Amino acid sequence: MSGDHILTVDRLMMRFGGIVAVNELSFTAERRKITALIGPNGAGKTTVFNCITGFYRPSGGAIRLVHDDGRMIQLERLNDFRISKQAKVARTFQNIRLFPGMTALENLMVAQHNALMRASGLTVLGLLGLPSWREAEKRAIDLARTWLDRVGLLDRADDAAGNLPYGDQRRLEIARAMCTEPALLCLDEPAAGLNARESGGLNELLLSIRNEQGTSILLIEHDMSVVMEISDHVVVMDYGVKIAEGTPQAVRDDPKVIAAYLGADEEEAIAVMESGT
Amino acid sequence: MSATSARPSPAAQPSGSAFILKKALISALVALVLFSLMIGIRTEAGPQGGLIYWTRFGDLAALVGTVFGGSIIVELLRQWWGPVDKDSIVPKPVQSAFSFAGRWLAPALLVFTFLVPVIFYNQRYILDLSILVLTYVMLGWGLNVVVGLAGLLDLGYVAFYAVGAYSYALLATNFGLSFWVCLPLAGILAAFWGVLLGFPVLRLRGDYLAIVTLAFGEIIRLVIINWQSLTGGPNGVSGIPRPTMFGIPLTPGDDGLAAKLGIEFSPTHRLVFLFYLILAMALLTNWVTIRLRRLPIGRAWEALREDEVACRALGINTTTTKLTAFATGAMFGGFAGAFFATRQGFISPESFTFQESALVLAIVVLGGMGSQLGVALAALCMIGGFELFRGLDQYRMLVFGMAMVLLMIWRPRGLVGHRAPTVFLERNQAISSDLVKEGHG
Repeated sequence: MSGDHILTVDRLMMRFGGIVAVNELSFTAERRKITALIGPNGAGKTTVFNCITGFYRPSGGAIRLVHDDGRMIQLERLNDFRISKQAKVARTFQNIRLFPGMTALENLMVAQHNALMRASGLTVLGLLGLPSWREAEKRAIDLARTWLDRVGLLDRADDAAGNLPYGDQRRLEIARAMCTEPALLCLDEPAAGLNARESGGLNELLLSIRNEQGTSILLIEHDMSVVMEISDHVVVMDYGVKIAEGTPQAVRDDPKVIAAYLGADEEEAIAVMESGT
Repeated sequence: MSATSARPSPAAQPSGSAFILKKALISALVALVLFSLMIGIRTEAGPQGGLIYWTRFGDLAALVGTVFGGSIIVELLRQWWGPVDKDSIVPKPVQSAFSFAGRWLAPALLVFTFLVPVIFYNQRYILDLSILVLTYVMLGWGLNVVVGLAGLLDLGYVAFYAVGAYSYALLATNFGLSFWVCLPLAGILAAFWGVLLGFPVLRLRGDYLAIVTLAFGEIIRLVIINWQSLTGGPNGVSGIPRPTMFGIPLTPGDDGLAAKLGIEFSPTHRLVFLFYLILAMALLTNWVTIRLRRLPIGRAWEALREDEVACRALGINTTTTKLTAFATGAMFGGFAGAFFATRQGFISPESFTFQESALVLAIVVLGGMGSQLGVALAALCMIGGFELFRGLDQYRMLVFGMAMVLLMIWRPRGLVGHRAPTVFLERNQAISSDLVKEGHG
C-alpha cells in the first residue's frame, strides 16, 4: 500500500539510559486522515509524540514528513521550534499548556508568531507602525477570531486562558495549534477529562478540521468513544512496540490488543472476547 | 479567590480564649528568645578594656509582656472584625474612587512631571532628586523588559548601566565624541554585552540564571576596577564632558546657550536641561516597551514567561527571543548609563555595585512585574521615599524596610498587580495577577 502518507515513522528507537521506551516502531499516517495511536499507560505513546514534535531526539530510526507539494522533511534531524516553524507540525499537550495569564485571543496571536514576525519586518516595521504591519495584524486577529468561533469561545476571547473551564482550555489549545496553520496536527489525549457531551463536541471539531482544513491528525487517546468514532486508522502500542494496526473495527477485535489492555494472555483474552460477543 | 472555595464558616475558625492564649504565649516565647540576648544582656567595653556586661531583666520582661498583651489584643480585634476581605475593609464608593483615580493617575503624573522644573525651579535639591528618580524609572523600565515581560530574573543589570556609562565616558574623553553620538553607541555596546550574557544563560532557569547574572554584574565591575590602563581602575574617569543642547554648550561663556538667548546664565539651566533629557529618554523607553508588547516579539516574551515548552511547540525560537529581551533591556540600561556619566561628570566602579542591581530589581518587583505605571510609582517610592526618611537618621533603613514589608503584605504582586492584555476583541479587561506567571527562566 503506497497510499499518500504524510508521516512515515521508520524503525523509531528511543532509549533513556538502559530503558528502551520505543523499540523499532514503524507506522504511517495518511494525508487528510485521522490516525490514532493507542495503548495502555506507559506504552511509549507520548515518547513517540515527543520524537515527532522535536522535544526528544530519537536514538535511531527515521521520521519523514511529506508536504502537499511533495517536499520531504526528515523530522528527526530538526529539533525544537523548527518542527513547528519549518515542518508545520503542531501539537497539544497531555496536561494543557496554555499561557494562563494571557487572554484566549492573545494565546492565538502568539501561535501566529512566525507569520507576524515576518509581517512586522522583524519588529522594525511594526515599531514604526507601517500600514503593511497593521494589515497583517488585522488578518491575524481575524484568523484568531475564526478559530475562536470554531471552538465556540468567541464570547470568551478577552478572558484570561487560565480562567476558562477545563473543557474550554482543551479546545483553546487545539485552536492555538491550528493557528500555526499546520500540515500535521498532533493531539496528546485531547479528550482527557472531558465529559461525554464535550468529547462528542471534540469529535465534531476534529472531523471538521480534517474535512475543511484538510489537516492530517495524529492523536493519542484513551477515550475509545473518540478513537473508534473518528479515526481512520489505529496503531496500537505496548511496551514500546507496535502490536497491531488497522481500521478501528479490526483493532477492536484483535486479541493481542485486548490482551494488552486487559493484561491477560492471549488465550484468556480470546475467551473474554468470545464470552462478550 | 475562586468562586468555588467557600469562605470558611465562623464555626470552622478556631476561636475561644484558649486559642488566643496559646497564640499569645507562642508570640511571647518567640519574643523572649529573640530579645533575651538583644535586650536582656547589655555588653560594653570596661575601663580596663575588658568586656563588662549587666542584665536588664526588667526591660526584657516589659517587652515580652507587651508582645503577649499585644498579641491578645490583635487576636481579639481580628475576631471582632471578622474575616478580612477587601469588600469589608474598603467600602464600595472608595473602591470606585480608587479605580477612577487609577485611570487618571498615569496622565496626571506625566503632566506633573513635565511641570516639575517650572514649579521647583529654584529648588536645586528637588530638581536633583527628580533627575535621580527619573534615572531609576528608566532603569526600572529597561529591566522590566527582561524581568517583567520575559520573566528572566536578572541580578546583574547594573553591568549594562556600567557599560553604558563607561562607553560614553571613554569615547568622550579619549576621542572627543559628543554626547549625542555616544548615546546610541553606548546603547549598542550595552546591547552587545546583553547578548554576550544571554548566550551562556540560555539553558539556565530560575535560581541558576539569577546566580550567573549576578556573577556577570560582578565580573564587569571587577574588570573595570582592574583594567587600569583603560578605565583608570578605582580612580574612575573624570572630566566627562557635559551634554550640549545639540552643539550649544550650557556654559556661562559667550558661545553658551544663555548668551545666545540673551538671558542671564544660571547653573539651573543645565539642571533643567538634564531633567528634560532624562525625561525624554525614559519616555522613549516607555513608548518602545509599550509598542514592543503589542508586537509579536513582545507577545513572545510574555509567552516565554508563561510557558517556555508551549512556546517551542508553537515554533517560537526561544533562543533569539531570550536574547532580544536581554539585548533590549541592556540597551536601555546603556542609555541610562550614558546619561548618568554625563550628569555626574565623573564615574567610578563604586557607582556600579550589586546594591544598584538589587535596587532596580526591587523597583521592578515592587511596582508589579510587567507594569509600566507600577515601575514608575515604585521608583518614586523607593528613591523619593528613601530621601523622605532622611530626617530619621539611623532609623531610616529600619522604617524603610518596614514600609517595604508592609507593602509586600498588602500588595504581594506589586503596586500594579494586574496585567493589561495586548490585544482585545470586545472588552479590554485586566487580568488578575493570580493567573500571570512570574517566569522561571
